[in-house]
Amino acid sequence: MKFWKYYPVILLVVLGLLLPGAASSASAAEKTITIGFTASQTGSLNVEAIRQINGLNLWVEHVNKAGGIKLKDGTVIKIATKFYDDESNKDRVQELYTRLINNDKADFLISPYSSPLADAAAVIAQQYKKIMITTGAASDSTYKKGFTLVYQAYTPASRYLTGSIDLLQKLDPKAKKVAVIYSNDKFSTDVVTAMKKYAEGKGLQVPMFEGYDPATTDFAPFINKIPAGVDAVMGGGHFTDTTTLARQLYEKKVPAKMISLLVAPPEPKFAELGEACICVTGSSQWEPLCKYSPEAAKKEGIEWFGPTIPEFVKAYEAKFNKQEPSYHSAGGYAAGLILQKAIESAGSIDTAKVAAAMDKENMYTFYGHIKFNTAPKLHGLQEGHEMVYIQWQKGKNGKPEKVAVWPAAASTGKAILCKR
Amino acid sequence: MTQILPSIVDGLLIGFVYGVAAMGLTLIWGVMRVINLGHGATMALGMFCTYLLFAHFALNPYLGMVAVVILSLLFGVIIYGVALQRVIQAGYLSTLLATFAVNMIIIGLGTWVFTTSPRNIDFSAGSITIGPVILQGTRLLAALAAVVITGALYLFLHFTRPGKAIRAVSNNRAAAELMGIPSSYVLALAFGLGTMLAAVAGGLTSTFFPFTILSGSTYQLKSFVICVLGGLGNPLGALLGGLFLGGLEGIIPTFMPVSWVPVVEFVLFVLVLVVKPTGLLGSK
Repeated sequence: MKFWKYYPVILLVVLGLLLPGAASSASAAEKTITIGFTASQTGSLNVEAIRQINGLNLWVEHVNKAGGIKLKDGTVIKIATKFYDDESNKDRVQELYTRLINNDKADFLISPYSSPLADAAAVIAQQYKKIMITTGAASDSTYKKGFTLVYQAYTPASRYLTGSIDLLQKLDPKAKKVAVIYSNDKFSTDVVTAMKKYAEGKGLQVPMFEGYDPATTDFAPFINKIPAGVDAVMGGGHFTDTTTLARQLYEKKVPAKMISLLVAPPEPKFAELGEACICVTGSSQWEPLCKYSPEAAKKEGIEWFGPTIPEFVKAYEAKFNKQEPSYHSAGGYAAGLILQKAIESAGSIDTAKVAAAMDKENMYTFYGHIKFNTAPKLHGLQEGHEMVYIQWQKGKNGKPEKVAVWPAAASTGKAILCKR
Repeated sequence: MTQILPSIVDGLLIGFVYGVAAMGLTLIWGVMRVINLGHGATMALGMFCTYLLFAHFALNPYLGMVAVVILSLLFGVIIYGVALQRVIQAGYLSTLLATFAVNMIIIGLGTWVFTTSPRNIDFSAGSITIGPVILQGTRLLAALAAVVITGALYLFLHFTRPGKAIRAVSNNRAAAELMGIPSSYVLALAFGLGTMLAAVAGGLTSTFFPFTILSGSTYQLKSFVICVLGGLGNPLGALLGGLFLGGLEGIIPTFMPVSWVPVVEFVLFVLVLVVKPTGLLGSK
């Protein structure tokens, strides 16, 4: 009887002992980290940039829905994001990333879309000792500056269009001349310079190699300069200018057997060109048609991480009104996965520990192989990921249809030569 | 030759549109002595007007030009009444600043409404092949439209009462007023016509090039060069200057990299200013 008399007191004592512990363990169990980035929601890069953000936001949603990133010590990391519109303007990027770090206290950073913008942001990330995953930024030169905290998700620009040369020589072994018309921005220049060297090494001539301002809208002066007898036209830049170039190449009936352009062709929106997109090939960082799978990764003895391709595509289409994900979307999601894996492996959100885990990362995801160069002179450069080449062909219903044509192991159809 | 001929033809076709844009600028200068810094922004509005009519009402861009003509004429008259009428006597600097303010307001509001994302009128008018020259339908139609507009402007200025009034005010405003011409209305009409020409040139350009609300600045710069080449205040000189500049833009890339085009253009611009400041045809 006496025992029951003291029951409320005992209960209070027990609760008093347990609750602080419970409270402290709850605070230790859940943390929210902020991922900061700028997004070109307006301006000339908005098509690719918005898809990239869509992919990244989907990753955030998936992680938080799954209860967060779980560390070995039981801590759960939830993700919050903070972003600003950089208006596709390089000058705005550094100001906004400084603001993300100082005012918004971002723990980790994701790059804006495009090499020039990512390059500007990378300087700030390194200066403030923040890890930045660059996605949508393929230029090699960013990773030759001695940065230690910047990691690239994309295949570097130097390997971007070289497959088009291989494809051309396979389709037409007699091909001799390639004309190159390219945007004179950092990324495109890196790509075509490497491609030119590769083409010349393969015995091809490059009789035209001319850059244009990224804001160019009239390509007639360039197209009129294409020398007679050219077998292929290659180059381009980003979505807007490349789409205009493709359209004007068609309107001018340029008789090249192959047209291989940067960035725009893999975008589903490129099909809006109609007839003008038929036979145009392009290199893609990723396609829903790709064949990466946990089984294939297992065969190579490399760990698989994250959703499979069908899972990603299904989730993306469900969230974004049945819109097919482009490689920009996949790159956005993959950037999140790269960070997630590193945090899990490090068991911490400490910058030095996460960076060390990132250096060791070697995994397959739905997006492909991820592995970073850790040599001091090329630190952070992507060396695992490979390009896929697509071509727009006429489908059975007469509408443009995207086909993976190169490398042979990843192809879903045969490449064709242009007849214009 | 297979390179030069198509390049010249392409350049000349674009030159007609440049000419129409420059005619707007030169008309306003000739009649009002106002350098219109809102010219490029007005061109961008013309592009967006054509685009919106095409994208939302499926209106053929060339039919849409009728709406562009009416709306931009009204817009110009309103801008004159709101921003210029009170400062027109105050000297060049005041009118320059007033039109600069109009430019900034249009660009600011335009960026807010349309953002700076590129737009494109997905309209094809086919192409015609004549020997080595492939004429793009949209450029050909734009050049034809430019010729029609120039002809209509000529007829308006020479054979109608309001047109004659504009010329009278342009020659001698005080004398025109003594003859009973209401110069204020005439100036409003002249500014409206100049604005209309800019908007129409923008609308025609939008049928073959992608654009943003900021695109007008490039064409505004070209218009200044053309006006100096043709003689500021001389509409015919503006059209010929446009053709000359277009031809130059076509022919230069056949001999040197395309990036040299602005260098040559502006060297020429400075040379004309130094050697013959009244322009190649002389200003009125």
